[in-house]
Amino acid sequence: MDLYSLTLTEIAKKIKEKEVTIKEVLDSVYSRIDDKEAQVDAYLTLTRESAYKKAQELQDRLDNGEDIGVLGGVPIAIKDNICIKGVKTTCASRMLENYEPIYNATVIEKLENAGAIVLGKTNMDEFAMGSSTETSYFKKTKNPWDLTRVPGGSSGGSAAAVSADMAYAALGSDTGGSIRQPASFCSVVGLKPTYGLVSRFGIVAYASSLDQIGPFGKTVEDVATMLNVISGHDEKDTTSANLEEKDYTKALVNDIKGKVVGIPTDFISTGLNEEVKMAYESAIETLKSLGAQVKEISLKTAKNCLPTYYIIADAEASSNLGRYDGIRYGHRAKEFSDLDDLYKKSRTEGFGAEVKRRIMLGTYVLSAGYYDAYYKRAQQVRTLIVDEFKKAFEDVDVIMIPTAPNTSFKFGAHDASPLEMYLEDMFTVPVNVAGLPGISIPGGFAKSNNMPIGIQFIANAFDEENLLRFAYTFEQNTKYHEAKPQFIKEDK
Amino acid sequence: MKDYEVIIGLEVHAELSTNTKMYCNCSTSFGADPNTHCCPICTGMPGVLPVLNEKVVEYAVKAGLATNCDISRFSKQDRKNYFYPDLPKAYQTSQYDLPLCLGGHLDINVNGEKKRIGITRIHIEEDAGKLIHDAYTGDTLVDMNRCAVPLIEIVSEPDIRNADEAVAYMQTLKSILEYLNVCDCKMQEGSLRCDVNLSVRPVGQKEFGTRTETKNLNSFKAIHNLIEFETNRQIKVIEEGGKIKQETIRWDDAKGIGYAMRAKEDAHDYRYFPEPDLAPIVLSDEYVNNIKDNLPEMPHIKKERYMKEFSLPEYDADILTSSIKSANFFEKANDICNNPKAVANWIMGDFARMLNEKEIEIDESKVTPENLAELINLIDKGTISSKIAKQVFEDMFESGENAKEIVEKKGLVQMSDEGAIKELVEKVVQANPQSIADYKAGKDKAIGFLVGQIMKETKGKANPQIVNKLLLEIINK
Repeated sequence: MDLYSLTLTEIAKKIKEKEVTIKEVLDSVYSRIDDKEAQVDAYLTLTRESAYKKAQELQDRLDNGEDIGVLGGVPIAIKDNICIKGVKTTCASRMLENYEPIYNATVIEKLENAGAIVLGKTNMDEFAMGSSTETSYFKKTKNPWDLTRVPGGSSGGSAAAVSADMAYAALGSDTGGSIRQPASFCSVVGLKPTYGLVSRFGIVAYASSLDQIGPFGKTVEDVATMLNVISGHDEKDTTSANLEEKDYTKALVNDIKGKVVGIPTDFISTGLNEEVKMAYESAIETLKSLGAQVKEISLKTAKNCLPTYYIIADAEASSNLGRYDGIRYGHRAKEFSDLDDLYKKSRTEGFGAEVKRRIMLGTYVLSAGYYDAYYKRAQQVRTLIVDEFKKAFEDVDVIMIPTAPNTSFKFGAHDASPLEMYLEDMFTVPVNVAGLPGISIPGGFAKSNNMPIGIQFIANAFDEENLLRFAYTFEQNTKYHEAKPQFIKEDK
Repeated sequence: MKDYEVIIGLEVHAELSTNTKMYCNCSTSFGADPNTHCCPICTGMPGVLPVLNEKVVEYAVKAGLATNCDISRFSKQDRKNYFYPDLPKAYQTSQYDLPLCLGGHLDINVNGEKKRIGITRIHIEEDAGKLIHDAYTGDTLVDMNRCAVPLIEIVSEPDIRNADEAVAYMQTLKSILEYLNVCDCKMQEGSLRCDVNLSVRPVGQKEFGTRTETKNLNSFKAIHNLIEFETNRQIKVIEEGGKIKQETIRWDDAKGIGYAMRAKEDAHDYRYFPEPDLAPIVLSDEYVNNIKDNLPEMPHIKKERYMKEFSLPEYDADILTSSIKSANFFEKANDICNNPKAVANWIMGDFARMLNEKEIEIDESKVTPENLAELINLIDKGTISSKIAKQVFEDMFESGENAKEIVEKKGLVQMSDEGAIKELVEKVVQANPQSIADYKAGKDKAIGFLVGQIMKETKGKANPQIVNKLLLEIINK
């Protein structure tokens, strides 16, 4: 078996036990990238030079008998909206085409300290705005399961890289489903932690009150290990929670007997694709057979979450993206007549259509005379949604719903209607609006197109343990995660 | 012409004298090379997050308590969105609907009359950077050293009626902020500046007239002159049948003229919304009470103490306590020489005049409280005369040397040796028989001439009391 196809946990063990050298591991993953990247287009930047340098350092330390960390020597991929000092961080935007941060995101520091090696930066929807990675200024990432289909988004590059064995794990960011939905489309595990569990310092902000960084992995165990590394209070992020640190791998117990899973029947009653519905119903049966108690619950406010989400996200985005004005860094128009013209031209040229659409919507909902009707109202609904989930978790340990209403779609399928694209987020956004943790794990395949289907678990705030326990148990008893994308089979 | 009433409200911006900026650890010190006091956070690089400097809240609460405000136990920060090259995030973090301090007041004194000016609110916000226009290349450059230096904005009620009241309000506020040590109040450096909102209405009219706003006035003189200018302008417009437009005035201090800014520069929708990167500011009663209990002695309390403890006249106590710097100077000097009236006279007299001429503040002068106390001691001991003392003080002011050194170096020690003075007196009396005759004929002025002659001989060093005494003794013998 090729080294690149192992899991993070397996490869970390092999390195530690000196069955393989870190260089051999890197060689394997980069050769896999050299082989498949032309088809998948998951990466925007590869950091070979610094990766091999780091590999050498880590190997030296390991050979010296030092502990090189829980991720010692494991190559991973980073979404291109997370800042790494001296490495281009473009957010897949023309605006930041040549932008190199002068500091590291907190999660990058944590990964480095844990011994991880960064392979490169992955493609995404421009400024994380989108559900297909099609809004990237640079390229379209393909779904490894069907190269004519999207990998989901906005963290499509990270999901595709892990799915195609071009990284053992990856970081993404999830503002309205941007980790879970591409995980679902690419049949990998994607976790969106509770808002405040992982520091946001160094992730280029899209919507500050919704953004969370989270891991992609090939297994639930890998994701739990990644979460151990990246979570924890950060003094540089006052919205990060100051809680006792936990070892999330302890939650990986293959047993949910007597635990209660909530099924929000009203929430999933409309817009759900038949094949996804079948996979979901089968997941319910699986949980039942494993001894979990299934309880029907109601989430009628969350059902109407999309407008709330788009008002809050776009409002914050319109403010967060104001700084890209062509003055200090980023794209600046070549010719302009005065300051206003410089702003207008630089932003017109630097931003793509979806980003402009959201900036305009966000600007509108914050405008004098509209604030109360839109932004303030949305915040009120947000409170209702938070309360609704809180109440639901009085009776259940987790809630299970599909990750997305459909499987991956063809490129350009939603070009004519942005609204249709927004509907793809309907099962993921309530989790962000309520600040809860959610995980998407492989839940089978659609018969018609053989595309992956994701099952999503949602838990109460900071109850990642229940989330991981359900996900792990489901995974260990279904083994959907062991399937590999089609083109890998063709290789052999 | 009708009689008009002027309605003025002031928005005062005071830079807080914290060591570090509002949301990062960069220095706030003034005058550094451009873009040397900044980091990814205060320059708004992609991905950064703010962490509120707790000192900012403490300082603002102090200002609120000292101006009789209610301190909000729950307040939040908001983003004020607009584009300008000196604002790297394209929003200023400020406070919109839930400021830290609400509903206070300040008592001011104008020509002996007391008046109470309401304070609507005090909120915290960050300063912007500075644009520098390079005349040589024609480029505009951005200096971000001042980005995110913390400010408080103190908004008054429209209770002010004329320029004198506005200046008195500013002076009182400045004095309080200096007492609290929360702002260095260097108006020429812009660390204390004010926006004037002004409208006029015929006396008796209930509703307010349309107001104009003038931003960033940074001297008492500018505030005074702008108010006079704008009052006259508005009255003239109305008298001529015109209407006042709600607009922003730019004040040209050198020319003494205000110009209306282009409407475009004025048309802002700031799209305020709660700053999602910062948690609300929640203060406990304990926190607020602790600050309250540790507030320094305020000017009006100190003034009463000076009148009681040092038997100073109200006038003196008022002037000394109007600034914490002069009060501190006074107390330090008096601790050494124990002659409060003499110290007060110096600070209010020659010293004040010379500071004014140089346009510096008392703590920027080369004269230390120790130096002044020593000078007063030299007078009190009779080592020098008060006339010589003036000369010594001028030296001290210029050179910063201490009084004793100057007196010794220049040989200014007063002659109090009766024997030596007597010799001189006799010499002068002999040389001026006409004056003696004049005096004896009842012309008292003649004595003055003789004293003058003796002082001339001694270069002013002879003790004038001894000279007088001996002169009369000899003439009347």
